[in-house]
Amino acid sequence: MKKTSSELKNQVNQTRRDIVRMVHEVQSGHPGGSLGCAEFFTVLFQNILRHNSDEFNMSANNEDVFILSNGHISPVYYSALAHSGYFNVSELNTFRKLNTRLQGHPTTHEGLPGVRIASGSLGQGLSVAAGISQAKKLDNDNKLVYVLMGDGELQEGQIWEAVMYAAHNKLDNIIATVDVNGRQIDGDTKDIMGFTELKSKFEAFNWNVISMDGNDIDDVQETLYKAGMLSGNGKPICILMQTEMGNGVDFMMGSHKWHGIPPNDEQLASALVQNPSTIGDY
Amino acid sequence: MTNPTIEKKDTRSGFGAGLYELGLQNKDVVALCADLTGSLKMNAFQEEFPKRFFQMGIAEANMMGMAAGLATAGKIPFTGTFANFSTGRVYDQIRQSIAYSHKNVKLCASHAGLTLGEDGATHQILEDIGLMKMLPGMVVINPCDYNQTKAATMAIAEYYGPVYLRFGRPKWPIFTDTKSFQIGKALHMREGKDVTIFATGHLVWNSLEAAKALEEQGISAEVINIHTIKPLDNEAILDAVVSTKCVVTAEEHQMNGGLGDSICQLLSKNLPTPVEMVAVNDSFGESGKPIELLDKYGLGVKDVIAAAQRAIARK
Repeated sequence: MKKTSSELKNQVNQTRRDIVRMVHEVQSGHPGGSLGCAEFFTVLFQNILRHNSDEFNMSANNEDVFILSNGHISPVYYSALAHSGYFNVSELNTFRKLNTRLQGHPTTHEGLPGVRIASGSLGQGLSVAAGISQAKKLDNDNKLVYVLMGDGELQEGQIWEAVMYAAHNKLDNIIATVDVNGRQIDGDTKDIMGFTELKSKFEAFNWNVISMDGNDIDDVQETLYKAGMLSGNGKPICILMQTEMGNGVDFMMGSHKWHGIPPNDEQLASALVQNPSTIGDY
Repeated sequence: MTNPTIEKKDTRSGFGAGLYELGLQNKDVVALCADLTGSLKMNAFQEEFPKRFFQMGIAEANMMGMAAGLATAGKIPFTGTFANFSTGRVYDQIRQSIAYSHKNVKLCASHAGLTLGEDGATHQILEDIGLMKMLPGMVVINPCDYNQTKAATMAIAEYYGPVYLRFGRPKWPIFTDTKSFQIGKALHMREGKDVTIFATGHLVWNSLEAAKALEEQGISAEVINIHTIKPLDNEAILDAVVSTKCVVTAEEHQMNGGLGDSICQLLSKNLPTPVEMVAVNDSFGESGKPIELLDKYGLGVKDVIAAAQRAIARK
């Protein structure tokens, strides 16, 4: 059952609350990029993916797959997995605690349903997606492979090996989204390793490139539908997703500083006031 | 190499032959190669099963991630490149996407060690066994001849989990049969009562030659082939050492991190015993012919003989 726009907005609000509460609880984790991607994860997991969250199947035969390459934004990923039925939302309370399945960075090692590959060391997810894409083509499985990467992450060389491979081999069942928030740990991406014009770079590698405002829920939904329509046309698809790191929490926006630090009690209270409870906290 | 009549083939050809047979038997087996199809002897698989063969170009990091993805979707990927580019170059990709994620990927590595020869030290990796055995859950296999490499290639497809399979470039004597290989099961090559030589890879042959020479000196040397370095066949090793009471280890690898190091760990915990290690001593290799290099770096037949004599003297 597809969610309406207002239901999606309520879910986004709840996911923002989950994110700040999770990182506050253990005083560690990555709230900035997680908040910036709340709309993307909500739309993807609630309305786009054709997946079976009741019975997790690692091999994802005849299911759409999502691979998170920039694993540090695990809070938003875990919230999306829980709210789409992979595990109980109450488990979000175990994030980063000893013996948890919700490790600091996502892993298959503890058997968390929904996760198909460990990520955290950057640059590896697109290659994994390419492997799943090839397997689907071998099996005549026409479902899609979604992958999310950070823009800073594109500084890793392996990404470009995979970009090259995917285009050469016409992996047109891959929809790779880049979270273009313009921030990384040490500062703004344009200052650290400025390589602007991502669109022309992906196009030069023979990818189909589209853009969206990642913090506009309707644009995210429309663009993800459009990307699905573009699949099967001989080219892999790249979505350049403009986002604001820390979106929805005013003091976390406009800077790289909230990449990987948790809010204190006062800051948590402020973040929660800005994002009132909608469907109930875990 | 004292027997000129014995048949010789390269172990990498054993890999190629095993992979081709697997292709016929198991439709889930897929192969990836980073621009070294001829060197890895993967041509037969490529020609017979083109849809299941993935040419990766010179991009090993992507190959490891691709293999992890193919395994996620239920395939049994065999990656092929030189041992150096199969391990050190892509250690983090293997660690995170394959080992930690427990993917059923078979990392198949040719041209390991000094016997790669003339290409020199940039390609002669002598650290790969150590790198791979340190990864939790990784199986590490270094077969000794063509037949054993073929058998090992086929056996690892039946085992679920990540495996590092290491083999080499030169033509080497064939002295095992394909039926005797079992993952994790040491293979007794020669009985003896004065010293046990535990050897892996190409050095098994050198150890057998050394045992023959030792016999002429009145020394009875047992030779055991430890093709699987991890998991180690602890029981077979301890059983042998209880009676001979001294040990030589022999491998085409650094002393640090290799087979000898694993055996010393086992013995120091369970049965402290004099051990002499035939291995490269904290050094890079260089260009030269395989046999010249083995001799120069202390891995020749004479070196195994001398190590056995030293081990016996320490009993």
